[in-house]
Amino acid sequence: MANIKLDKLTKSYGDTEVLHHIDGQIEHGEFIVIVGPSGCGKSTLLRMVAGLETVTTGEVSIGDKMINDLEPADRDIAMVFQNYALYPHMSVEQNMAYGLKIRKLPKAEIKRRVEEAADILEIRDYLKRKPRQLSGGQRQRVAMGRAIVRDPQVFLFDEPLSNLDAKLRVQMRLEIRKLQRRLGVTSIYVTHDQVEAMTLGDRLMVLNGGYVEQFGTPIEVYEKPASIFVAGFIGSPSMNFVSATAANGVLTLSNGTTLATNTTAAGAVTVGIRPEHLFPNKDGVLKIEVDLPEKLGATTLVHGRISGAETAFTASLNGINAASTADVLSFDAPPEFLHIFDAETGKRIS
Amino acid sequence: MVENRPFLTVITHAVLVLGVIMIALPIWITFVAASHDELRMTQAPIPMLPGGHFWENFTRTLFGSGLAGNEITPVWRMLLNSLVMAFSIAAGKIVISLLSAFAIVYFKFPFRMGFFWMIFLTLMLPVEVRILPTFEVVANLGLLNSYWGLSVPLIASATATFMFRQVFLTIPDEMLESARIDGAGPLRFFWDILIPLSRTNIAALFVILFIYGWNQYLWPLLITTDSDMTTIVVSIKQMLEAAEQSPQWNIIMMTAMLAMLPPILVVIAMQKLFVQGLTETDK
Repeated sequence: MANIKLDKLTKSYGDTEVLHHIDGQIEHGEFIVIVGPSGCGKSTLLRMVAGLETVTTGEVSIGDKMINDLEPADRDIAMVFQNYALYPHMSVEQNMAYGLKIRKLPKAEIKRRVEEAADILEIRDYLKRKPRQLSGGQRQRVAMGRAIVRDPQVFLFDEPLSNLDAKLRVQMRLEIRKLQRRLGVTSIYVTHDQVEAMTLGDRLMVLNGGYVEQFGTPIEVYEKPASIFVAGFIGSPSMNFVSATAANGVLTLSNGTTLATNTTAAGAVTVGIRPEHLFPNKDGVLKIEVDLPEKLGATTLVHGRISGAETAFTASLNGINAASTADVLSFDAPPEFLHIFDAETGKRIS
Repeated sequence: MVENRPFLTVITHAVLVLGVIMIALPIWITFVAASHDELRMTQAPIPMLPGGHFWENFTRTLFGSGLAGNEITPVWRMLLNSLVMAFSIAAGKIVISLLSAFAIVYFKFPFRMGFFWMIFLTLMLPVEVRILPTFEVVANLGLLNSYWGLSVPLIASATATFMFRQVFLTIPDEMLESARIDGAGPLRFFWDILIPLSRTNIAALFVILFIYGWNQYLWPLLITTDSDMTTIVVSIKQMLEAAEQSPQWNIIMMTAMLAMLPPILVVIAMQKLFVQGLTETDK
């Protein structure tokens, strides 16, 4: 069983602590996505699991075995790198077989595994080619093939799709997901792309500034973001935030608009509402002055400001909307779609 | 810039032809001189067209006693000495520099940069500067008149170390990490990944260093007293000073031609890799 346990992991470079007490329990066969902005420490965390970075304090275990001090090769993991890191002088076949050759597997077994992986990834025709003769997508497959042949307990992906063009990225994203389901191997995937995170992960670990902001399923993270940071980071276009004062189930915005809420919170709060949860209604309480409508075809994004306040606000409307600059639109903001955060700590209240 | 003006074309060609003549003429004269007999070479004017004694001179130079009346080592032996020396120097320099660059780039040890600069500083100490102490050391080790003595003192090379360091630095870190996950230890990584990736650079360097070794004059002159160990470059000069005789130009020129041959062969054989090694940047 390849469950992974992160127990109070920290990482410091000299005096600077870059990861702070990371805890997490990953079940066998789970697909975990670590997501966060650049510099949040997500790659460092993955590399600590891989054994490419040392652990400062805390423990990493795979299958209930502490692996802090094991060499990467002894951890029974396989890693796919952002730039693929294929050996340029070896053919695709040699690239995939290299790790097995070092492990001194019998030739016939190596051949069987390489061909099996090549069939899964449909790269059988390229086995004799060198990496430089392949396109980006094909190289990506070879890099995954190299991971598969190892038959590891854990797959680690370090932003493997960021060097591909947009269309290929979507396609490879689906393939990675299908492949992982099929092989049932515990996987950790690092990305800064929240769409990748939402579609791929069984659970997401949202990292910010070396802290875990939230660790939960994509739907949990979307519906109940644990902090302002998570709320703003997950979801596209990102959530609108506005300061308000809460008292007796009523939120009062700075321009005097009042919104009903289910919360029992009182005092200064930050209210978050997603652009797709603003429902046009000519009697709606929330008035938005349009600055710029963006017509995307399926939806129209209306960028504007709350009337009477300077808070930027974006609403996402279905279809093509006729709104133009300086119009004032009215919206309903139903209480079940409001996210209330503590104004000081940024943590979710309800 | 592409210009189509006949006048310019003529000028360009004239300059090029002139250049070729300037470079080729001495070689042509060498060849012509090597194909006449001894007598013809002492008469003025010197011949400009080949004579009929080429093969005779060739066998006499290569296998015979060379200069008439002198008990001198046959030229094949000197060619062999030069070859062994040039090859040992080139190969030794490459092996040592590869290893030291590997250590400096991929291992963390105390005073790493200190060692790097120390190696770098040896650039200021070529053989000519340290010739007395080096001679003393070689003599005390009993290496005079040996292939070891000819090659070892010239092997340490800061330039090659520096070059390989630059080559290794261009190899992405992920390559090392990937190899580590694949289970390759340091030596395995060195052998399976680094060496093949620096193949063209090694070839380019080999050509340069082989010619450097081949052309060594001062050091072999100093440490070889036994005529069996002289190198060909040294012996050409000695032939000119043959005692109480007019120089036998036909034999000397034949020797010179033979001395030119191995470097040319090395360049031709490695030309493709050589150019790749100097121009290729993609890793």
